[in-house]
Amino acid sequence: MNTLARNAAHAFGENRLTLVAVVILALLVLCAIFGPSLAPYDPLMTDGAARLVPPSAAHPFGTDALGRDILSRVIVAARLDLGMAVAAALLSFVGGLALGAIAGYFGGWPDRIISRVMDTIMAFPLFVLAMGIVAALGNSVLNVIVATVIINLPFYCRFARSEVNVRREMGYVEAARMGGNTALPVLVTYIVPNILPPMMVQVSLNMGWAILNAAGLSFIGLGVRPPTPEWGIMVSEGASFIISGEWWTFVFPGAALVLAVFCFNLLGDGLRDLLDPKRRT
Amino acid sequence: MHFFWKRLLGTIPSLIGVVLVTFLLSHALPGDPAAYFAGPAANATSIAEVRAKLGLDRSLPVQFLHYADDLRQGNLGNSLTTGQPVLSDLIERLPASIELTFFALAFAVVAALPLGVWAATRPDSIVDHSCRALVSIGAAFPTFFIGLLFVYLFYFLFDIAPQPLGRLNEILYTAPPRITGAYTIDSILAGEWGVLRASLAQLILPSVSLGMFALAPIARITRAAMLQALGSDFIRTARASGLPTRKILINYAFRNALLPVTNVLGMVFSFLLGGSVLIEQVYGWQGVGAYAVTAVISSDYAAVQGFVLTMAFLYVMLNLVIDLLATAIDPRVRFES
Repeated sequence: MNTLARNAAHAFGENRLTLVAVVILALLVLCAIFGPSLAPYDPLMTDGAARLVPPSAAHPFGTDALGRDILSRVIVAARLDLGMAVAAALLSFVGGLALGAIAGYFGGWPDRIISRVMDTIMAFPLFVLAMGIVAALGNSVLNVIVATVIINLPFYCRFARSEVNVRREMGYVEAARMGGNTALPVLVTYIVPNILPPMMVQVSLNMGWAILNAAGLSFIGLGVRPPTPEWGIMVSEGASFIISGEWWTFVFPGAALVLAVFCFNLLGDGLRDLLDPKRRT
Repeated sequence: MHFFWKRLLGTIPSLIGVVLVTFLLSHALPGDPAAYFAGPAANATSIAEVRAKLGLDRSLPVQFLHYADDLRQGNLGNSLTTGQPVLSDLIERLPASIELTFFALAFAVVAALPLGVWAATRPDSIVDHSCRALVSIGAAFPTFFIGLLFVYLFYFLFDIAPQPLGRLNEILYTAPPRITGAYTIDSILAGEWGVLRASLAQLILPSVSLGMFALAPIARITRAAMLQALGSDFIRTARASGLPTRKILINYAFRNALLPVTNVLGMVFSFLLGGSVLIEQVYGWQGVGAYAVTAVISSDYAAVQGFVLTMAFLYVMLNLVIDLLATAIDPRVRFES
């Protein structure tokens, strides 16, 4: 524990950016939990008299074509955007860990089948596959999450598979087997806890990508429907006002996306430095 | 040569998997496709008729064989929105997407390789830090947001880019006679230099915004691979022998750093092909991505299926090329597999 604390002190001291990322994360989580009560206006309330108002004291981020307050919409959207990404990252983490552990521990035909399925997913450009999945399953938020889970699965699965594979012949695992444990307890109590730290780094690095993916899908009109506030769809709604110069309509929701992705990427890097100082680049 | 054939055969399972997945996707459609295609006024008998006509009354494996046979004949079905065969729709639009992706890749490689090399030769310098900053920023900006920002900055604010509406300003120029379908190549072949200039001008913003996302992984890997190569014994020996720095950097270190860079290209192409959909949407680019978005929104399943299949096919082929390139760069790869 002492080394972990020292590593933490080092990671934060060395890399102030990780500290910045923690602060941004706190802000995002705050918005996601208390969004509706933090927002100065109702995110769905239209105001015909205040259409496309530039940023001002009353509307710090301006208003959109229907006179809705963009700041309120950006804040409230945090819940949906982060929710989709967290749900997708966690589900692919759990699914990938389970499949990867089975493939890595048992080898043989389970390994061959699982690996072949993962290879097949990876044979597609991933965003294109996600589009195809949402088109096939139906245009809904749930299916955007399902699509994101499927395209993320191979990364977790391959990672877990190789980590389990390395450990299954190790002394402590042999000892656990000798002690009369069957495959499941060996995996769950002896192997998985050991591969959790590197997997967590993977989750954190993956979160940013999950956000980008879900936002990209809603940008092209999949998943979230108007008037629901969501960053990707807000950018897409604001896009039509670029050529008339109403930049605030797309810049603020886009900036929120960038901030969120940037935050998770930095956290991932920081977490890796913390748990696995050797793998620094 | 032996390796080439082996690797070529290795793509077959991927292609079968791809065809199987696109087939399954079409069967995951919500509701009854026969009822969907029969239209709202259909009754039980007409739905059954449509079902029989579409072959949906047969078992899944039989349906799959029919699907595979259709594919073999180049039949991807008809698009509901354009009324044309999906295959001809895709063939018409594919050159535009490939042109865009190629220019984006070219930009990313030309910008990222020198940046990575430069950063690796001066670790912890200002160049290194700017390289890392650029990489983190590039990885955090959604492709479509970069595209829109560029439109705002370079078209609206500075007014140095042409209107972001498609591949050519159709009012001032006419498209060159179609040979390859890529405007830049066709205009060169036709000797129409004005059109070439105009189409290049249209290409710059979309390809740079698409390339930005690919830049980050290439620059990061180049930097890491160069650092590793520069720290190895053979570089020390080369330095001790008094070879010129240029030669050490290019002939010794960079040559060895190229393999990891080539390997990351697979991931880069996955980004580029996926991101091109978003960029085509932003810039009104008449490629397959924009076509697919329209198709997805209007539930034009045959078109979506054809698009996913085409992109996957393209991606499998690109990965094949990357693998062959990797063996050309480093013959050791051949023996590892």
